[in-house]
Amino acid sequence: MSIPTQALSNAYRLMKTIREFEERVNAEIMNGQIPGFTHLYTGQEANAVGVCAHLDTGDTIISTHRGHGHCIAKGAEVSGMMKELFGSSEGLCKGKGGSMHVADIDKGILGANGIVAGGPPISVGSALAAKIRKNGKVAVSFSGDGSVNQGTCFEAMNMAVVLQAPAVFVIENNYYSEHTNISYAVGCDDLKARTEAFGFPVFVADGADFFAVHEAAGKAIAHARAGNGPAGVFAEQGRYHGHFVGDPQHYRGEGELDDLRENHCCLKNFRARMVETGEVGNDVLDAIDAEVMAEIEQAVVDAKAAARPTPEQVTQDVYINYGAGA
Amino acid sequence: MSQKTMRDAINEALHQAMEQDESVFVIGEDVAGCQGSAGEVGSVGGVFGVTTGIYNRWPDRCIDTPISESAIVGAAAGAALVGMRPVAEIMFADFIGVCMDQIVNQMAKFRYMFGGKSRCPAVIRFSAGGGFSAAGQHSQAMYQVMTSFPGIKVVVPSNAYDAKGLLLSAIADDDPVLFFEPKVLYQEACEVPDEMYTIPFGEAAFVREGDDVTVVAFGQMVPKAAAAIDELAAEGISCDLIDPRTTSPLDENAILESVEATGRLVVVDEAPPRCGLTADIAGLAADRAFASLKGPIKQVCAPHSPTPFSPELEAAYLPDIPKIKAAIKATMA
Repeated sequence: MSIPTQALSNAYRLMKTIREFEERVNAEIMNGQIPGFTHLYTGQEANAVGVCAHLDTGDTIISTHRGHGHCIAKGAEVSGMMKELFGSSEGLCKGKGGSMHVADIDKGILGANGIVAGGPPISVGSALAAKIRKNGKVAVSFSGDGSVNQGTCFEAMNMAVVLQAPAVFVIENNYYSEHTNISYAVGCDDLKARTEAFGFPVFVADGADFFAVHEAAGKAIAHARAGNGPAGVFAEQGRYHGHFVGDPQHYRGEGELDDLRENHCCLKNFRARMVETGEVGNDVLDAIDAEVMAEIEQAVVDAKAAARPTPEQVTQDVYINYGAGA
Repeated sequence: MSQKTMRDAINEALHQAMEQDESVFVIGEDVAGCQGSAGEVGSVGGVFGVTTGIYNRWPDRCIDTPISESAIVGAAAGAALVGMRPVAEIMFADFIGVCMDQIVNQMAKFRYMFGGKSRCPAVIRFSAGGGFSAAGQHSQAMYQVMTSFPGIKVVVPSNAYDAKGLLLSAIADDDPVLFFEPKVLYQEACEVPDEMYTIPFGEAAFVREGDDVTVVAFGQMVPKAAAAIDELAAEGISCDLIDPRTTSPLDENAILESVEATGRLVVVDEAPPRCGLTADIAGLAADRAFASLKGPIKQVCAPHSPTPFSPELEAAYLPDIPKIKAAIKATMA
């Protein structure tokens, strides 16, 4: 499948934006600027971007605790996200949700999610709405290798088949559910076969290769959009950081992280491919890098200057307001 | 006897229970950690480090699971039903949302529905409560909800000493026990004996003793209430501070006797107000000690809202020392 040059540049820009957003968030956490629990997506950028390249605003995604990349790939505004992570009332969720709950419903982003496998059932609901409305939309749920062992994930997959809903289950295998390797946590040897046994096709891709993810996701999303029921994408790619920021990562082998950054980098792979094909010049990519760095810097400046929430906002958006409490 | 954090006190209780009774085992997500990886299995010891070292001594009785909360609780319930004494860890109390059927419809009902012929000596441990800017799905107390279900016992320690003695009671108990560890207290230390000891369920602790106002507080609110009471002592106000320690069974007599003596009641909890522990205790006093009351009962709790992320919002959300002091003084007005 050939991808237009503008789409290629845009995909690179999004991957670079996610990379730099995450690395800056990591630094700001170390500086004590960002509170709470934060899980970084660094290294897995091609998954989100390769999938979301096939979506428009009418399609939905639902994400995970490691959700910044999915949100950026689906069009969430970086500045609003950064403000949210800083806890500002100007953030995308008014400082109520933070890192684990970034959402932008108008853009089809049904939220990052702090519950492992909380997302897939909700995504089936969005897919069901598309089926009832006959509008050709699809619903994508991103979830990790840890999520596939939750009952909610099993239930969502089976029900999507039963209802023939246009749901796309993107399983991102970063090899570790928190601190436990997939080889321990998934009992069977062939997770693809186990998933396909629910009754839908699964397309596997190297998650460090934007083009591989793009191709696999293209097949899955076309399958769902055409009314053939759900489909799956398995993208395999390790994360560059711990489960959460501050994780000592005892589970890593010697040299594992260096190998990931050196030999499994979607940005490097993308650039190498562009040198090969000549579709987008290095100068263009360098210019994108500079623009992204400036955008992230500005987002942090804006987040630090943004308004802080005030106590009366605690009880806003609860449907029922008994006042500020005792 | 030495200073131990709540984390270390719970860890010591687990070690001693494992040592004493071969039917005790630990099960949960990353309770050992690093399974299947290049790293050393056992080097995590739970995300809060509470099960550190257990795998190293008893690899067969420290069981890592997939992320499958329903199956973890169900497995603990089933093993207990056939005579084991499992101590399961659910990483955050909020994840009760994932495994509620196994707790509420299964383990809580066995003994009663089976005509008293079964025992289910399972303990489920949770990290609980707010204070970490962990937002709506990782900050809830949850113990107030679980207290409403007959068939389970509910423990909420407020310090390291109580945590050790209560956990050893929980493991020895023949009924299912939910054990809620306020996560902001894991690093708080106090004197904790090295040897095994138990603290009976349903026996409140008098953390402070006074004449003017009865204050009842739970979990992480106990040290805050103690600080508020100590500040008010300078103003000539003296308070009983009662820490029920177990919300099911609840030491009703300790609360009622204190209220009968002081005539004033303030109840403090971090959870929202509706159908919560503050309303429950206020109802108890209104029902059973009304004639002793000199004025309205005051409840200090979170507002009716999910836990917000932003630190400023969470600070406004959780009860704090000024709010507790104001409530105590309001009962004296």
